[in-house]
Amino acid sequence: MGEYLLVTIQVDMHDQLALTLQDDLTAMISKTGARGVLIDISSLEIVDSFIGRMIASIAGMARILDAQTIVVGMQPAVAITLVELGLSLSGVRTALNVDKGMKVLRALLDTPAGEEPDARSTP
Amino acid sequence: MATTESKISRIVEQYESEILSEWTRNLLRNVGSSASGVITETEVRSQAGEFLNLFRRALRRGDMTDIDGAEWQAAREMLGNLSRNRGMQGFTPSETAMFVFSLKRPIMTRLGTEHAADAQALAEDTQRLTELLDKLGLYTTEVYQTGREEVIRRQQQDMLELSTPVVKLWDGILALPMIGTLDSSRTQIVMESLLERIVETGAEIAIVDITGVPTVDTLTAQHLLKTVTAARLMGAECIISGIRPQIAQTIVHLGVELEGVTTKATLADAFAIALKRLGLSVSRANHA
Repeated sequence: MGEYLLVTIQVDMHDQLALTLQDDLTAMISKTGARGVLIDISSLEIVDSFIGRMIASIAGMARILDAQTIVVGMQPAVAITLVELGLSLSGVRTALNVDKGMKVLRALLDTPAGEEPDARSTP
Repeated sequence: MATTESKISRIVEQYESEILSEWTRNLLRNVGSSASGVITETEVRSQAGEFLNLFRRALRRGDMTDIDGAEWQAAREMLGNLSRNRGMQGFTPSETAMFVFSLKRPIMTRLGTEHAADAQALAEDTQRLTELLDKLGLYTTEVYQTGREEVIRRQQQDMLELSTPVVKLWDGILALPMIGTLDSSRTQIVMESLLERIVETGAEIAIVDITGVPTVDTLTAQHLLKTVTAARLMGAECIISGIRPQIAQTIVHLGVELEGVTTKATLADAFAIALKRLGLSVSRANHA
């Protein structure tokens, strides 16, 4: 999708799948030079601490490769589980759904380079 | 032994109608005192009749010392229903138990005349009857108590659900006015209902108003932070409002980190900042 990558997780993630996703995604970002990545986890219903950490680290890797990452569509149950597991994913940006995620991405990438991007900064 | 034992059973069978009418009279006298109007005379009469009937059958077949047996099943069930209903109707526990205990006198009187010649047998039978009816009475009270506890539990549940509404303030803004003490089970419900509403409405901002929360301890603060984090994970931002001076003091003294969480003194302030973040503004209508 232009300079954005959209990753939709359709099945329940198991550990190996998460690792594969990590490899594929990082390879894909460097190949396409994508500036933004949306990870849609709205179909993900079960998480464990490993998957939670994977989500965080995938977001971290994408950031290093200069792509803004947004996790969208997290289910309430998943959010509660992650919080109870003590994973707050503090470095990860989130949005309610793909639409809103795209809006945030656009806002982020519109800000000039060198400035800490913040969707809500007002002059 | 066997001969005396069969006597209670025989007496109940033989004098069933007399025992019933005497017992009903006693019952009605008791009922008249407090809960009159709640239960009618015919009801008492039919309940007494039904129980005595089951009691007689159980006596004929069963062991008098063991009311947990299969023979007493029907009688137990009937008593259970009865005491549950009476609990709902507002009878006191002793009034409910009196239903069984007042059966003692009519049967005792018959026993007395029947055993007039044999004091030993009379004593034995009296003992047995008392034990049996005591057990049944205790059973009634127990069921009554369980019924009451069920009511209390249900009310607690209702209160939990009632006291945590999630209201929509504006398109994309939810408010969660919390009232009362925050404990673990409540926060869980609050968190779940908030997150569900966020999904339903697609709200981007949730205001958690804690004006009605009397005290905050480390656990409460922890719960609040969890709620905020979970909402953030879903892609919504949380603003905490309604922090009273004492609570602000407590939070700082406890060393709870509320960093990264927007806090506002009043709900109005929180609403204003929420509007601003959504790029909305409130202006006075201009009637030129």
